[in-house]
Amino acid sequence: MKVGRSIAIAAALALSLAGAAQAQTHLRIGLAEDPDVLDPSLARTYVGRIVFASICDKLFDIDEKLNIVPQLALSHEASADGKTVTIKLRPGVKFHDGEPFDAEAAKYSLERHMTMTGSFRKPELGQVDKVEVVDPMTIRLLLKAPFSPLLAQLTDRAGMMVSPKAAKEAGDKFGNKPVCAGPYKFVERVQQDRIVVEKFADYWDKANVHIDKITYLPIVDSTVRLANLRSGGLDLIERPLATDIKTIRDTPKLKLVSAVEIGYQGLTINLSNGPKADTPLAKSAKVRKAFELALDRDALNQVVFNGEFVPGNQWVSPQHPYYQQSVPIPKRDVAKAKALLKEAGVNGPLAIDFMVPNNPETRQVAELIQSMVAEVGFDMKIRVTEFATSLKQSELGEYQAYLIGWSGRTDPDGNIYAFAACKAPQNVSGYCDPGTDEALNKARTLSEPEGRKHMYEIVAKRMVGENEGHIIYLYHRRVLIAHTERLEGYKPMPDGLVRVVGLRLK
Amino acid sequence: MLPFLGRRLLQLIPTLFFVSVIIFGLQQLLPGDPALIMAGEDRDPEVIAQIRAQYRLDQPIPVQYVYWMKGVLSGDLGESMRIKKPVLDLVLEKLPVTAQLAGMAILIALVIGVGAGIVSAVYKDTWLDYGANIFALWGISTPNFWLGILLIFLFSVQLGWLPASGYVRPSEDLRASLASTIMPAFVLGNAIAAVLMRHTRGAMLQVLSSDYVRTARAKGLLERSVVLKHAMRNALTPVITLGALELGTLLSGAVLTEQIFTVPGFGKLIVDAVFNRDYAVVQGVVLVTATAYITLNLLADIAYMLANPRLRS
Repeated sequence: MKVGRSIAIAAALALSLAGAAQAQTHLRIGLAEDPDVLDPSLARTYVGRIVFASICDKLFDIDEKLNIVPQLALSHEASADGKTVTIKLRPGVKFHDGEPFDAEAAKYSLERHMTMTGSFRKPELGQVDKVEVVDPMTIRLLLKAPFSPLLAQLTDRAGMMVSPKAAKEAGDKFGNKPVCAGPYKFVERVQQDRIVVEKFADYWDKANVHIDKITYLPIVDSTVRLANLRSGGLDLIERPLATDIKTIRDTPKLKLVSAVEIGYQGLTINLSNGPKADTPLAKSAKVRKAFELALDRDALNQVVFNGEFVPGNQWVSPQHPYYQQSVPIPKRDVAKAKALLKEAGVNGPLAIDFMVPNNPETRQVAELIQSMVAEVGFDMKIRVTEFATSLKQSELGEYQAYLIGWSGRTDPDGNIYAFAACKAPQNVSGYCDPGTDEALNKARTLSEPEGRKHMYEIVAKRMVGENEGHIIYLYHRRVLIAHTERLEGYKPMPDGLVRVVGLRLK
Repeated sequence: MLPFLGRRLLQLIPTLFFVSVIIFGLQQLLPGDPALIMAGEDRDPEVIAQIRAQYRLDQPIPVQYVYWMKGVLSGDLGESMRIKKPVLDLVLEKLPVTAQLAGMAILIALVIGVGAGIVSAVYKDTWLDYGANIFALWGISTPNFWLGILLIFLFSVQLGWLPASGYVRPSEDLRASLASTIMPAFVLGNAIAAVLMRHTRGAMLQVLSSDYVRTARAKGLLERSVVLKHAMRNALTPVITLGALELGTLLSGAVLTEQIFTVPGFGKLIVDAVFNRDYAVVQGVVLVTATAYITLNLLADIAYMLANPRLRS
């Protein structure tokens, strides 16, 4: 009898607990990959940033129009010479371990990014010489030289603040249990299976946090990711395939949101990296112009992406404030292209080794380019190569053309400098032009947008307009997010990261 | 018995050494540069140089091997470059998942495969036999990934009975755990069931036509008893050997199936590690699974010895 009663009590208790658990709102997000280590200094993947968006707040953030807005900072001020930036911090902010966020903590976080062994933030904060504490709620960054993209760097991982106490204790194992000041705190992670975070009760903007728990589930196969969304196993998925857009739109309970990416997709031509660069395509701007005139970017967009993406010819999309209207997308002109090739002394089909990373979309793009330029007289030999291998071969100069994109950075500098400046780390083509270099460096020191835009106009005219450059920009993807109707308040962001503050589940 | 065991154990040492050299060597043949992959999109030269130094990628390959072997011998399989976690922890985290999936798959395979095999042998040349053969042909020729996606569409998207992917630990929620693993286990088990069915059928047919079975029938035993007690036992020996081998393969991870159902087992771990050139993880996982396979083989040999006295002399 007694046993019976205790069983009954236990059952009642379990039921009430289950009831309480059901009342909790739980958002399940499907990621396209498994994030790497969750330490803001050591992390490097795009999906990792999606998870950070819920656990680690930054000094600044971006809004839907790419404006820089304060997050853990309140305001900022640059000195007249541009070499000092003073940042006022938001008061009353706490880290997940209860430690207060103040100038000392901000200084610690920035210095950790700048000095930690293996930190990927070192180059991003490379222009920062010193961080000073002005008062408990103000820090000052002393720069080696004026550097206008700095603030944009602080809207990403380099601006993420970590709890000094937790970071000191955990050392390089901090990523196994990150302690930051975001709206959600880290609960657990099972590698390749899930990352669970729960609402942080002391968050500075807690009034706008409406969901109790979020689980991030990496599901690599995009068909399966979408199937999970349709079956109700997930509430939101990132990066569905462009070819699935119609299915999503045709499913009544699903919503598709998109924003034009801040990055670009393009074709890099090997100009002077190794013996493979010994080709008319590398040596003559006329030949490159002919190549570009053979392309029909609109058709490419229509055929491969159902017209969902945005054709482009610069390192930022035509909607971007830094797009140069004076360098428009050229229309396809086969006759002119043929004439240019003739002028350049190219007779007969010009064979080009075309390296293409292995994925269904890029392969299709490559094949279409191949058929478009074949009409003019280019014989593109497509060489489908596994991604990691293609990166290495691009460094070694083992390619003549390489179909590769860039995920993009908030500041336009992040989309061009590392690719086009002489001997810059990503300049795998060996492009080096004093005029371009000067304009790129000047743009880094100017703070007002008009001046910077003018500098980038010089670069665009030279690289794109005159075809002196090494990248033929093709299109900008849309960052796609699909979610169920249950989810409300989702705002598409140009960086594609899921901001969880303000979201609600019906 | 003991000298045999000692000899076999001694043989393990050169085998494992050979395996370790092959794993390490093959990995070096992978094109691409782990430091370049690790450095992320920005590929800063300073960062790349630092990664090379940190993970000794700047040292000659034999030196790297010696460092790795030294770690392995002291129980340290190294650290994942990508997620900064000890490889041993990752292996221990994935082992129960893969073991559960493999166990369920082999169970499904045995029940379906042996059952269908016996039925088709006993009812040879009837529609039951033809049906079982068609099933086997279908099972062998259906690709795992295709069957997996079809099952997801039927049971998750259309009917909404099972989760489309993911994994729940049995300790968390046994029902949910079974629900999350039944589809991948069926996909894996189905292919093996087909092979087992063909073998069971062949073995049963042979046994059923042997003298002792005829004697048993002549004694007037019930047909059921003849089939299940006398014939099946003998016929199952080769089937169990085959099942054990298949189990070994399953334990080394089911790459495609785990990828489709997002089951975080060995298969998924190793594929992700290869694409990210996370050398330490690839080496560690392959070494562990190779050791497991060799050990299973050894255990099977010992089991034969115990079962069959003729082998002992």
